[in-house]
Amino acid sequence: MSSHVEPLRAYLAVFGLLLLGTALTVGIAYVDLGALNTPVALVIAGLKATAVILVFMHVRHQSRLTWLFVAAGFVWFVILVSLTFVDALTRDLPLLEWS
Amino acid sequence: MSDAAHTDHTPGLAHHFEDFEQQNESASLGMWAFLITEVMFFGGLFLGYALYRTYYPEAFAAASHELSVGWGAFNTVVLIGSSLTMALAVRAAQLGQPKSIVRYIVYTLLLGIGFLGVKAVEYAAKFEHHLVPGPHFLWGGDAGPEVELFFGFYFCMTGLHALHMLIGMVLMGVVVVRARRGVYTPANHIGVEMLGLYWHFVDLVWIFLFPMLYLIGRHVG
Repeated sequence: MSSHVEPLRAYLAVFGLLLLGTALTVGIAYVDLGALNTPVALVIAGLKATAVILVFMHVRHQSRLTWLFVAAGFVWFVILVSLTFVDALTRDLPLLEWS
Repeated sequence: MSDAAHTDHTPGLAHHFEDFEQQNESASLGMWAFLITEVMFFGGLFLGYALYRTYYPEAFAAASHELSVGWGAFNTVVLIGSSLTMALAVRAAQLGQPKSIVRYIVYTLLLGIGFLGVKAVEYAAKFEHHLVPGPHFLWGGDAGPEVELFFGFYFCMTGLHALHMLIGMVLMGVVVVRARRGVYTPANHIGVEMLGLYWHFVDLVWIFLFPMLYLIGRHVG
């Protein structure tokens, strides 16, 4: 990890990208995209996160074993969310009621 | 043979590692294993939040409108900036510039304090407006309990995030002291590198928290 020193401009480019992404997320939130508002916000957040992980966290210069660890964690989270929603959205029960 | 291994001991290199590269890679892998447990830790909250938001979209949108987009966006920029200064601190360690390590970590620390300061202002406003879940919660509109649920998630998620920041800032103090003592070298600066990974993770969590909590249903309200 100490063998790869990122050039300064790589960090500044990611910083610029993150600022742009933030401005974009805020801007798009005020535009009515129907059901797409949340997915678009999550995609932008996902791209920002990927830039941070690859460059700021140096994963792009790490071993494949590290890549595997990182990917495994996020894949597991996607399984957690998707299977929960598969269950929650396909039940024919009334949603939780507060009494 | 084992005698030779002990007498040839390189400072900072543990006996069971061949060289610094192997030691660094092991540390980095271990840190990622920890960060993945953190993904699960926050992930449970994100999942719960996403589920209830799907159940009660109107109530959650109405509750979200009580949050200040301005402060949220401002804090996002502050935290992104702190990630940049932290990345530069790690870079300074790679290049063997202890003074720059200290300087950039101090910048990071100041940005972290700024973030928590804004958070304190936001929390104080929620207390004033009776939006904190509990006996003093007051909501004039519809779906009071669901709105209260939103604020339960809001305080748990941002509170846990703020706690992570506080821990990171204490660790920054430790790394600054060690950097001033000249502990970190270009070959061996695991402490700075791991602190960097941790801090960037805190930034990652906020990158998702900000749009999910602050920006729901803004186009209708």
